[in-house]
Amino acid sequence: MGEMEQLRKEAESLKDDITAARKAVQDLTLQDHVAGTAVVGRVQLKTRKTLRGHLAKIYAMHWGTDSKLCVSASQDGKLIVWDSYSTNKVHAIPLKSSWVMTCSYAPSGNMVACGGLDNMCSIYNLKAKDGNVKVMRELAAHTGYLSCCRFLSDSEIITSSGDCTCLLWDIETGTEKTVFAGHLGDCMSLGVAPDFNTFISGACDFTAKLWDIRDGQCRQTFGGHESDINAIGFFPNGNAVITGSDDASCKLYDLRSDQELITFQDSSIMCGVTSLAPSLSGRLLLAGYDDFNCNIWDTLKAERVGVLSGHDNRVSCIGVTPDGMACCTGSWDSFLKIWN
Amino acid sequence: MASQDQGAVGVADPDDDSPNMIAYRKIEDIITRLQDETEGVPVRTVKSFLSKIPSVVTGSDIIQWMMKNLNMDDPVEAVHIGSLIAAQGYMFPISDHVLTLKDDGTFYRFQAPYFWPSNCWEPENTDYAIYLCKRTMQNKTRLELADYEAENLARLQRAFARKWEFIFMQAEAQVKIDRKKDKTERKILDSQERAFWDVHRPVPGCVNTTEMDIRKCRRLKNPQRVKKSVYGIVDDTQTQSPVHTPSQQSSKDTREDVEKEILFLNTQLDRHCMKMSKVADTLMSYTEQYLDYDPFVAVPDPSNPWIGDDVTFWELEASKDPTQQRVKKWGFSLDEALKDPVGREQFLKFLESEFSSENLLFWLAVQDLKSRPLQEVPARAQEIWQEFLAEGAPNAINLDSHSYERTSQNLKDAGRYSFEDAQDHIYKLMKSDSYPRFLRSNAYQDLLLARKKPETEQGRRTSLEKFTRTVGKSLTSKRLTGLMQSS
Repeated sequence: MGEMEQLRKEAESLKDDITAARKAVQDLTLQDHVAGTAVVGRVQLKTRKTLRGHLAKIYAMHWGTDSKLCVSASQDGKLIVWDSYSTNKVHAIPLKSSWVMTCSYAPSGNMVACGGLDNMCSIYNLKAKDGNVKVMRELAAHTGYLSCCRFLSDSEIITSSGDCTCLLWDIETGTEKTVFAGHLGDCMSLGVAPDFNTFISGACDFTAKLWDIRDGQCRQTFGGHESDINAIGFFPNGNAVITGSDDASCKLYDLRSDQELITFQDSSIMCGVTSLAPSLSGRLLLAGYDDFNCNIWDTLKAERVGVLSGHDNRVSCIGVTPDGMACCTGSWDSFLKIWN
Repeated sequence: MASQDQGAVGVADPDDDSPNMIAYRKIEDIITRLQDETEGVPVRTVKSFLSKIPSVVTGSDIIQWMMKNLNMDDPVEAVHIGSLIAAQGYMFPISDHVLTLKDDGTFYRFQAPYFWPSNCWEPENTDYAIYLCKRTMQNKTRLELADYEAENLARLQRAFARKWEFIFMQAEAQVKIDRKKDKTERKILDSQERAFWDVHRPVPGCVNTTEMDIRKCRRLKNPQRVKKSVYGIVDDTQTQSPVHTPSQQSSKDTREDVEKEILFLNTQLDRHCMKMSKVADTLMSYTEQYLDYDPFVAVPDPSNPWIGDDVTFWELEASKDPTQQRVKKWGFSLDEALKDPVGREQFLKFLESEFSSENLLFWLAVQDLKSRPLQEVPARAQEIWQEFLAEGAPNAINLDSHSYERTSQNLKDAGRYSFEDAQDHIYKLMKSDSYPRFLRSNAYQDLLLARKKPETEQGRRTSLEKFTRTVGKSLTSKRLTGLMQSS
């Protein structure tokens, strides 16, 4: 017993050392540093398109790399691929399980994936020779719901689950290649780094973790949130991570200084953050909330510079196009809106 | 905000893990302040027609208070938050089932703490049936059922046909209890009870605020307990709804767990923490550099295709003729140049002119390898080795002996990441050496400054042609490369 006590003491003292090391590099806060910069002007985005077609709550959406096609998943049991510019439905894919919670568009545009309470990630081939969209693979190994999935390429996909783990899959063989275990609560969301070498996960243990895709190791852990982390994303340069939580705040963590840089919160915001996406330059942070609105933050000054209101129910997902031209919000009111 | 504990383990309070509790606590703080005797809104009894309306406050009074006490300049924001609070049922319009806040003389009342959402009510249909039933038993206009309520009652009567006698008796009992109360108190309680049901059985078309994200459902407070009845009824015939048992997390820390944690913490400690000032600098300069390219901040040129239906922007992006804006971006970093297919092509062209294109070709081949299906990886890895690294390779790259050895070892069990070291080395070489020269080159400068150049013979050939050409490069150029690299 004495040995466990000693080990635990060692762990605690290491944690103290780490906190001290982080404090030691706090020669300046971000606030001080940006004191001289002006707040970016008021940002007013308008709805340019409304994508109608889903019959129930939309839980997820993801842009394709061409910045025009996107895929959305709804509890009406459908996955819809939209040509968002014309608002036409390119594909309406009926799902085996209507309890879908996530969807993803492959960078190549050849496939989409989705999953949910069925604990599986289903991959659909959009470019089959006969023109029909069919299930290509069903990736089953998770013991909890599928909360998020993101393609690395046509060959690999990463999934996060309510079973507290993330998995890297080889799509061709349909097998799991690497397990990323370490979270103590449901993994809710994941984001892949711009260089595709690492990814981040946010979980219901209130922490975010950075994982190395190549060796499966957890490189860094970030805490500070007071409730579930529902949304996570990389800052465009890949050096920082942004999280959104049920504690009504978003936080920006820097990877190189290994700590939180800034918190985005306001006393008038009382609801949880459901989704987030940075603008192309990273100067703006768009975050969707339970109170039906989307708030736009100046990332450097941590001030609200705009609001997107127009949905009649919770905003459940948000995405900015790769070319930065527009953002899309999906809601429990069954509509997707394109803004800029 | 000062960062709190950022250790390796998250902190979760097992007693209060309902995701909505944080929001409820904030709302309840405001509600308590609103009802404060001295600092709150004026709640009073209003004389109307033939009777008195007890304990009400106007919507505008609430809005005014919120703007003053919650630091809001915009009444729209106060209405938004007020409606949020009303939708959750913490305050309600006395004459409407729809729970929103209006900035006018509409009368509102505050909800009794018994009915607060933070008590985690999940009222069963039996309770709702009892409620609707008892309303029909009392001859009061204010208790008349709305159309949708009458429909609900009819439906419940069909569904509970076999136990309707029980429900009827319960409703009668409730009516008896209610009759004993003071008239004014009853008015207030009746309205509060109605508001409770407006939250849990909302008007058709209204948002149901009790709907939970299904991912969070199974982590509700006390999911295993039998749902408590609003009217205190213990019903044995009530079936327990199936509950998802959360996957058991072994909470006991084994010695192995703690040792693993110590290992992790040691690596964390060893990592070099960059100074905040440097980090802040990078963030600022990145956003500054890209601000001109951010359509949400700077007006794009040509115009944003989403505004005005002019798709010229997208057509230009797809074309092989890059705009000056686009060419300028290639100069931000090697990554940017490589991300853009036209930038990549230009860089490759430049490298060919310097006889060092094998570096980029190797880098591209390794990138491609990483996205191949697993089954193709070993074969492809060997091909890459043969082309770029083996003795007498046609496109030999220059690697330091250490990386060379490591790569050679990796290939014994070839995988997607066998060439990571080598690729990293080559990337750094290109970044520090060829890339800056590319930016200074005439070819790049001409594009950047949009100087028109007469078409050269090389310019007319496609990238693909050049690629196949360079694969069969002669030994002469190898010597030239060697010469150039040593200079």
